[in-house]
Amino acid sequence: MTEVTLAELCIFACSEAFRTQREVIATGIGPVPRIGAGLAKLTHSPGLMMTDGEAYLVEEPVPIGPRGDYVPKFAGHLPFSRFFDSAVWSGRRHAMVTPTQIDRFGQTNLSRLGGTHEQPKTQMLGVRGFPGNSIYHANSMFIPFHSARTFVAGEVDMVSSAGYNPAKRIAGGNYSGIDLRRIVTNLCVMDFGGQYNAIRVISLHPGVSFDDVQAATGFPLEQGDMVETPKPGAEALAIIARLDPHNFRASVIKDNPPAQRNAA
Amino acid sequence: MTLDKRMTPAEIVGRLRDGMTIGIGGWGPRRKPMALVREILRSDLKDLTIVAYGGADVGMLCAAGKVKKLVFAFVSLDAIPLEPWFRKAREAGRIEVLELDEGMFQWGLKAAAFGLPFLPTRVGLGTDLAELGGLKMVQSPYDDGETLIAMPALKLDAALLHVNRSDWRGNVQLLGPDAYYDEWFAKAADACFVSTETLVERIEDHYADDAQANVFERCFVAGVTEIPGGAHPSSMPPAYGWDMGWFKNYAALAADPGDWDAVRDRLVGADEAAYLKSVGGKEAVTALPLPIF
Repeated sequence: MTEVTLAELCIFACSEAFRTQREVIATGIGPVPRIGAGLAKLTHSPGLMMTDGEAYLVEEPVPIGPRGDYVPKFAGHLPFSRFFDSAVWSGRRHAMVTPTQIDRFGQTNLSRLGGTHEQPKTQMLGVRGFPGNSIYHANSMFIPFHSARTFVAGEVDMVSSAGYNPAKRIAGGNYSGIDLRRIVTNLCVMDFGGQYNAIRVISLHPGVSFDDVQAATGFPLEQGDMVETPKPGAEALAIIARLDPHNFRASVIKDNPPAQRNAA
Repeated sequence: MTLDKRMTPAEIVGRLRDGMTIGIGGWGPRRKPMALVREILRSDLKDLTIVAYGGADVGMLCAAGKVKKLVFAFVSLDAIPLEPWFRKAREAGRIEVLELDEGMFQWGLKAAAFGLPFLPTRVGLGTDLAELGGLKMVQSPYDDGETLIAMPALKLDAALLHVNRSDWRGNVQLLGPDAYYDEWFAKAADACFVSTETLVERIEDHYADDAQANVFERCFVAGVTEIPGGAHPSSMPPAYGWDMGWFKNYAALAADPGDWDAVRDRLVGADEAAYLKSVGGKEAVTALPLPIF
């Protein structure tokens, strides 16, 4: 049997992040979150709902990439024209995304870097749906390269999604929908279970130390009951292979390393 | 009154004025009225406020200096995530912006459609949007007393859409898996102009079985023009997919040499016939495969 890759370990961790007893839309943006959402639906969380990546709901997650003989079977319809009504503003969704910056409050940025709002140094996508996602439903993140460039000191350059920053609260505002779940990276899994929703490490990937994670993070991390991130078993690996027949997962993390990091 | 709403693309653009607020339907690289956008690019129009879920429509109008202000939630070509010409305009500080969440954006269109000054929302709380955009708060007058953002109406002077079918009275049909927010662009605008893949005389004589695809009614349509391939290079399901080769070339031209005036003729064409010819003709456009997600 071939060695489990770090990407597959992350997919398995993403799948755990999606674990739920509810019927909610699971949106995984990018190969690792998307395969993770599919794996969750096909194993422990059958209530999850997902689309074909466009506008139709499917009960069988659609494999990534060119489809060959595979024909998606549509079970429902969830176009963008209904997305805020049905999924986002009803709170019936869990999204996993890859923002460009994350700060200690869980605020993220994918809009712009540096400069000013009038003239950014680097213009990125814009806030997209992040503000609404963050105020209304569960969100997790996948970061394929854990570094202080992503996990920034101070605050993100533009707050695209709401986090647990008390300075960003206004009197009478309803922030009860903010529900940040997990951050899966190439080093570890974190959650927001620290003091005042501080980010804490809850599992370390095999061969990674807390100090390694802290050194790659721009703000102090808390330590949960840190375990070793579990590896996917044969059944999970088979499902992962089925959901990613073209092996897109091999190109997500630089050099596609094994799950077990060897001592330097 | 005449219900014959047929116009030429030039007549449609002739109805637009400098300084107008213009909504453009579609979403990123999908269902964009690109032929009408090209017609604007061939005109002298300027100082426009553009309201769009942006793709190359926004990138090209920014590159050409047509845009005074942009109302947006993103500008992206999907597989090319960062729209290169939009980036250049932003990084040069050449355009004003009102940046919004995707959901707030359609909420603003709905406020305009209903003639309301604003609609309340939680979206934007906890982010930088309200402060940067000058958005005001409103308090619920009921017992909950909740503080919400008052999303202002995004009132449009005109909206431009590309649809699959129409008749000359403006009975449109939008096919494909998702019509995005085209309905609300139409209703938010004082005048909505549609280009269509197929124009028929009386839609009930041709496509009566598809009447459910009439997602907004003809009273919201001021003008119709038939432009097969009019969404190219964006996708127009089920007729054709996007032209990723075209987008790649377009993106490369932004980098080197990156001078719009030098590449404008190649990307816009002297007229629509010349443009269509430059991309291989209608047959080449309709042969573009639908994208796989």
